[in-house]
Amino acid sequence: MKVLLVDDEKELVTTLAERLALRGLEAQWATSAEEALSRLQTESFDIAVLDVKMPKVDGLLLKKQMQAKCPAMKFIFVTGHGSSQDFEAGALEVGSDYYLVKPLKIDDLVAKIKEALQR
Amino acid sequence: MAPMDLIGRCGIQFFGKMSASISHDLKNVLAVINENAGLLEDFCVMAEKGKALEPTRLKRLAEDVKHQIRRGDRIITSLNTFAHSADRESVAIDLRELLGLLLELTQRSASMQGVSLAVDRPPDPIMATTSPFLLLNLLWFCLNYAMKAAGPEKTVEITAEKTDDGARLHFRKLAEMGSGAGSCPAEPESTLIRVLNAQIRLDPDSMEVIVSLPAGFKGTDNVFNRNHGDTIGGMP
Repeated sequence: MKVLLVDDEKELVTTLAERLALRGLEAQWATSAEEALSRLQTESFDIAVLDVKMPKVDGLLLKKQMQAKCPAMKFIFVTGHGSSQDFEAGALEVGSDYYLVKPLKIDDLVAKIKEALQR
Repeated sequence: MAPMDLIGRCGIQFFGKMSASISHDLKNVLAVINENAGLLEDFCVMAEKGKALEPTRLKRLAEDVKHQIRRGDRIITSLNTFAHSADRESVAIDLRELLGLLLELTQRSASMQGVSLAVDRPPDPIMATTSPFLLLNLLWFCLNYAMKAAGPEKTVEITAEKTDDGARLHFRKLAEMGSGAGSCPAEPESTLIRVLNAQIRLDPDSMEVIVSLPAGFKGTDNVFNRNHGDTIGGMP
């Protein structure tokens, strides 16, 4: 199970990757949409965890670009919105049922990753 | 819409945009601290199972947390200064500090648009008596225009200078002044300009937006003649 974490907060993705690795998930990270897309050229991932608000290319657009390259890939969105309600509509619009609000709970993230991959 | 209503609406929109952006930044700070604390918990669980703790790794985690706390403190300080900018209608301020605050408040939204902001701070204070909140609101409009009009370098340079009759603020390194970047000043800016007794000029030769401020601002109570309702200086 290979996870790609994408968020412009480098400290966040590096620490999350370490925590997921301790839970048996192979996780790698990128801090921009550009870097994430370039990783897909050489590696394949089962699932990507994307921050919605990122410089230049946001998570929703990045999902479309990644999906064009890897149609089987699953996605989870992470948002800094105060409530998940306003984000929910946007997430459903781009066809994702999976979203989490920052700060994350690691057990919730692991559960969502497993749930998404079992679908 | 009456000028006061327009200014009120603009102010609320400005305050909302800034608050949303700042709270997003703070969420990120908390998210990083949360993961650092979580990793520390993970190490403790592993230590209970017999794995030795690594002091160097723990020290780095503590440093990361301290770094995020400093970052959060800077964000909160800016938010506090911004909130207090609405306390008084007219006060003497150093425009260099106001530009510094504008930079702190808008850094995130600029970064989201892929634009770098650079504030050139002259060594001496540039004092102006004005409404800090309304001026910030006006400068925010100008900055938004400048970011949309930024050239391929995607950089906007902001600077302030003292003039004989007040002060001038420049938003430089623009590439276009056409319809793509919208209009400047539009209606909300025009109202703020009148209330602040300021002037905005788009200079196509130097490709910059120039905001001129008078030396003394008398406050909106004097500008809005309450005997005549929402009028500015006798204008309907």
